Amino acid sequence: MCVCNVLKHEVTFIVVPNDCIDALVCLGWKSFPLFPGLKLPWTSELQCLRRWEAGLCSPSRDFHRQLATEVTATSRHYVDRLFDPDPQNVLQGVIDMKNAVIGNNKQKANLIVLGAVPRLLYLLQQSSSSLELRTECAVVLGSLAMGTENNIKSLVDCHIIPALLQGLLCSDLIFIEACLRCLRTIFISPVTPVQLLYTDPTVIPHIMSLLSRSQHTQEYITQIFAHCCKTPEHQMVLFNHGAIQNIAPLLISPSYKVRMQALKCFSVLAYENAQVSMTLVNVLVDGEQLSQVFARMMQRDKPIEMQLTAAKCLTYMCRAGAIRTDDNCIILKTLPCLVRMCSKERLLEERVEGAETLAFLMEPDIELQRIASVTDHLVSMLADYFKYPSSVSAITDIKRLDHDLKHAHELRQAAFKLYASLGSNDEDIRKKITETENMMDRIVSGLSESSIKVRLAAVRCLHSLSRSVQQLRTSFHDHAVWKPLMKLLQNAPDEVLVMASSTLCNLLLEFSPSKEPILESGVIELLCSLTQSDSPALRVNGIWALMNMAFQADQKVKVEIVRALGTEQLFRLLSDPDTNVLMKTLGLLRNLLSTRPHIDQIMSSHGKQIMQAVTLILEGEHSIEVKEQTLCILANIADGNTAKELIMTNDDMLQKIKYYMGHSNVKLQLAATFCISNLIWNEEDGSQERQDKLREMGFVDILHKLTQASDPSLCDRAKTAMQQYLA
Amino acid sequence: SSSDSFRRWLCVQLQYPHVTVIRGYLSAAASLQSSAPKMAELGAGSLLTGDPAFNYQEHELNERLKRLYPAVNEEETPLPRSWSPKDKYSYIGLSQNNLRVHYKGHGKNHKDAASVRATHPIPAACGIYYFEVKIVSKGRDGYMGIGLSAQGVNMNRLPGWDKHSYGYHGDDGHSFCSSGTGQPYGPTFTTGDVIGCCVNLINNTCFYTKNGHSLGVAFTDLPPNLYPTVGLQTPGEIVDANFGQQPFVFDIEDYMSEWRAKIHSMIARFPIGERLGDWQSVLQNMVSSYLVHHGYCATAMAFSRATETMIQEDQTSIKNRQRIQKLVLAGRVGEAIDATQQLYPGLLEHNPNLLFMLKCRQFVEMVNGTDSEVRCFSVHSPKSQDSYPGSPNLSPRHGATNAHVHNTGADSPTCSNGVTPTNKNKSHNKYTGVSSASSSPSSSPSSVNYSESNSTDSTKSQPHSATSNQETSDSEMEIEAEHYSNGVTESSTRIMNGTYKHQEILQADDSSVDDSCSSRQLCGGNQAATERMIQFGRELQALSEQLCRQYGKNATHKKMLQDAFSLLAYSDPWNCPVGQQLDPMQREAICSALNSAILESQNLPKQPPLMLALGQATECVQLMARVRSGSCSFARVDNFLH
Repeated sequence: MCVCNVLKHEVTFIVVPNDCIDALVCLGWKSFPLFPGLKLPWTSELQCLRRWEAGLCSPSRDFHRQLATEVTATSRHYVDRLFDPDPQNVLQGVIDMKNAVIGNNKQKANLIVLGAVPRLLYLLQQSSSSLELRTECAVVLGSLAMGTENNIKSLVDCHIIPALLQGLLCSDLIFIEACLRCLRTIFISPVTPVQLLYTDPTVIPHIMSLLSRSQHTQEYITQIFAHCCKTPEHQMVLFNHGAIQNIAPLLISPSYKVRMQALKCFSVLAYENAQVSMTLVNVLVDGEQLSQVFARMMQRDKPIEMQLTAAKCLTYMCRAGAIRTDDNCIILKTLPCLVRMCSKERLLEERVEGAETLAFLMEPDIELQRIASVTDHLVSMLADYFKYPSSVSAITDIKRLDHDLKHAHELRQAAFKLYASLGSNDEDIRKKITETENMMDRIVSGLSESSIKVRLAAVRCLHSLSRSVQQLRTSFHDHAVWKPLMKLLQNAPDEVLVMASSTLCNLLLEFSPSKEPILESGVIELLCSLTQSDSPALRVNGIWALMNMAFQADQKVKVEIVRALGTEQLFRLLSDPDTNVLMKTLGLLRNLLSTRPHIDQIMSSHGKQIMQAVTLILEGEHSIEVKEQTLCILANIADGNTAKELIMTNDDMLQKIKYYMGHSNVKLQLAATFCISNLIWNEEDGSQERQDKLREMGFVDILHKLTQASDPSLCDRAKTAMQQYLA
Repeated sequence: SSSDSFRRWLCVQLQYPHVTVIRGYLSAAASLQSSAPKMAELGAGSLLTGDPAFNYQEHELNERLKRLYPAVNEEETPLPRSWSPKDKYSYIGLSQNNLRVHYKGHGKNHKDAASVRATHPIPAACGIYYFEVKIVSKGRDGYMGIGLSAQGVNMNRLPGWDKHSYGYHGDDGHSFCSSGTGQPYGPTFTTGDVIGCCVNLINNTCFYTKNGHSLGVAFTDLPPNLYPTVGLQTPGEIVDANFGQQPFVFDIEDYMSEWRAKIHSMIARFPIGERLGDWQSVLQNMVSSYLVHHGYCATAMAFSRATETMIQEDQTSIKNRQRIQKLVLAGRVGEAIDATQQLYPGLLEHNPNLLFMLKCRQFVEMVNGTDSEVRCFSVHSPKSQDSYPGSPNLSPRHGATNAHVHNTGADSPTCSNGVTPTNKNKSHNKYTGVSSASSSPSSSPSSVNYSESNSTDSTKSQPHSATSNQETSDSEMEIEAEHYSNGVTESSTRIMNGTYKHQEILQADDSSVDDSCSSRQLCGGNQAATERMIQFGRELQALSEQLCRQYGKNATHKKMLQDAFSLLAYSDPWNCPVGQQLDPMQREAICSALNSAILESQNLPKQPPLMLALGQATECVQLMARVRSGSCSFARVDNFLH
């Protein structure tokens, strides 16, 4: 009998909670009266349930009424009987209670309020209780857990979890199964803190050892693991206790439920976990590689749930580097399977999961992005994700409208994520995306949606598309995307800010037509404040955007940047622990110090500090790139009219330049030579004095030597410099 | 020759509509039979080329096509296997067994476009059809189109430009749906790419694949009977087709499995509404009536007791029918006629056609040496045993799948009749060599008889161990002997046969299947018997003339008579063009015709509802193929017979 099927109907019928059939199955259809008062032989009840399950009828009206009257009148009585001095009466009381609560949420709530739970737990834990009684207690508790979330909370508050975990130490299989079943129901609820499974370090190994006991223990345990493995720490605990070896054989279990739950375990274990993933590829199940087993589970005649979860497993293994992206099982199986999951035929939930997993799979790989972009019209298929709730559903079907509304946000954010991933590298794909119906409008409205998830995904998508020069010039400008983007930057959580500011960096590139309006909207203050963030990513984006902004900018803008940032902050950034921040700050300096009048002006007001900072960096332990960038700044300074003197009067600095001209790295030599070349340039005032001074310091000899350099550009540069002396 | 006799058999079926249910199985059997000669034909074709690699490829192709499109009857609707050298524009050149296409025109403009169609249209019974084209060279401009077109569409064009023509073009990646202007569809394709085209005949759509990746639906509402088509337009363009000669790059079988699952779940979930409660009793009645119809008396009784269902017919009547059927199946048609006349007086008189059929069969059995009228002359001849191992089973045959059905299905009647399954299997195994061509569990009817006679007339079973005088023993007994000879009790076979050892019988039978055997002679090689046969033939001729006078000319009768008499024209009737008539399997049709006639005379259904339903379903599925409903491919009746 398919319990899932029943569950689905229960949502619609409401009256009967989840456990009705489940409990019966668990108890092996003992011949107790299932619906008290309905005098039917149990076979008719079975038939009735089957018909109900098949959706052929709803439970009879009598049945409803029966449940309603039962609730209030007898609750007290049931609890009282738990305290009967005669153990036999207690047992009968528990059994009656079990029959009373099945399918009756109100009764469950009543019993909990009346304090049945602590007593049941007491009886369950008492070693003096008979095994039968303890088992029945576990069954009743499991039944109570099947009710509402509030029931679960009450049970957890009564410390049911340690009591049940303790119960697992018993040797009786029936009792263990009842405990596990109850634990399963509690742990799969979103209100239960999963950490409770890991509090006692002996629990996991013991549960692991129970996997071999029966198909039921396998099903419940794998389901618990699949729901309780939420962090890398959880993954490692399970991994270290042999989860992989113990669960792998269950993938070929005769029971579909066991296979499915085992598969789910692997998907949560492998997620962003290289160690697990690497282990998984080498596991053999019945002589077959695990990736093959997963691939078989993705065959198109398998249940969708199985296909999707198997595709997730392979995706995670691939992203963790355990399977190559050009492996046939990824390219020809996993990717097409995930694209199929995005199709209109699938349920909304499946489409969300499919799109998110696919986005994750191909994020780093351009080839996968290219294949996906032409598979089954994926790009236009995703456009359908934005059509919920559809206008049809709103009019015709309230239930459907509700369902659509619930999933609309999820669908939109999943689509944005997938678009972002698809367009992250290939220009043609980006073009295809922006040409999809109303795409830019959708992104623009997505940026200001109430759901933070959608906003984040929309800005990710925008960021991905903003890597296209063509789109920046056209669609981005046409749709004035900078406006909602600026709004988004005003006050948003860090993760949104990172994406938004990163996109802003691209919008501020000099060829972007959006640059002007953004400047006018007073973005500088905002960016300067970002550079003070605790998050390195935000600091980088802030300074990066400023750098782009300063590139070939007006004097006015540059002055404004320096003013708003403040030299203090500028120098703080020059000593930032994050190299990226340092590099972009140097880049900003370099952009500020371009064209002679700008150089002189800035150096006249901040020359001393800048020279200090340059000295500091050149003396410090930095990468070649940082030093090269710094020497370039120096070269820019050397290009100024008055600024030159700041170098010429600083012998220490000149010695440094000399040192770098003889450095083993060509890039540094080149930058240093460039600097000297600027200092000795003929047509400027005082060039003769500078040339003389530098000759005295031995620069000519060095330049002469460099004209023989093997690097052609260095050689050219040195020759040009030497010509200044000859003229 | 096998299809000839099949056709004749079919005539019999068609003449007697009460056995039409079996037609479904017949055509399945026909496809089984026809597959062998077809292979031979192809083999002959490839012999001409003398290329072993080609031979191998042909074999691969046949295997793959059979696996991909099991529902296609290639006699009716052949599958495309190559490009047609006749159905192409002159600018197209074909090579490599008509699989490679190259362009040989000027290629100046679109007026120089040229296409070629495959040899045959795509049969609807494929359900899902797929072929691939590899771009060997994109030539000058790569203006290549891959797709579908109906017969008669202008070949001086690329596929897709005209009505009833559909194509996907390499230069721009557009799809052309009966129009000169394309729609953006997929990526472009060029040298080295493999483009696949899949036609879904269930929802009449088409999608393409590129290098194993599905590109999504390109066309909907496709008309039927489209041919795979390619078109080229500039010099140097060369493409190779793969109609199944090689494994496909795209996993088409995975796609098919999805549709098979879809169709199966659609069937499984077909709403039966409020009738759910009746379902059980309908099924029980079907099983019960089936058992009764075929005379599985004890099983039927046991079943009716367990399920509390009623059996309309009384037990004696069932047993009588069973006895007559057994006589026919044993080839003793004369006795069967006598028994029928005795038990159901007037029946045959009212069914002159049936009587004539029976008599014709009797004549054939005389030639065979099995009818009692000739058998009495050659009592000690081993011939009398020959036909028994190969005798048809009492239970009906299910065409191509029947071996499978029998092995599992036949167990239940046998078991309930008191013969342990292991016993039965033993006998079955023993005779596999003998009965390979016909019914496999040959012991099944006799084992039914065995238990019955054991319980009812055990005394009668004594004599046959002492003597084998067939004239004195009644038919019941004789059939028992037959049962023993079928190997359930080996010793009794030896006793009965006297000098003959079991192995010898086996050998004789073995050779009789393969080639002419000296031991097999007309009427058992007995002179007196032959004379009796000639005399009977004259009576039969007279009967035919009488019927002709009475009811007018009957072509079927004439043909039947002609075929029967033709047997005498050959020195070895078993190995002649009409020799198929002597196959014991041929008794089944007449047996079931007689059984149905008896039932009808008793106002009982002339065919079991189970068979009717099965036949109906099979016919339906075939009809679906004819009316081009592709889902028939995944709703085959044998998928549901386990």
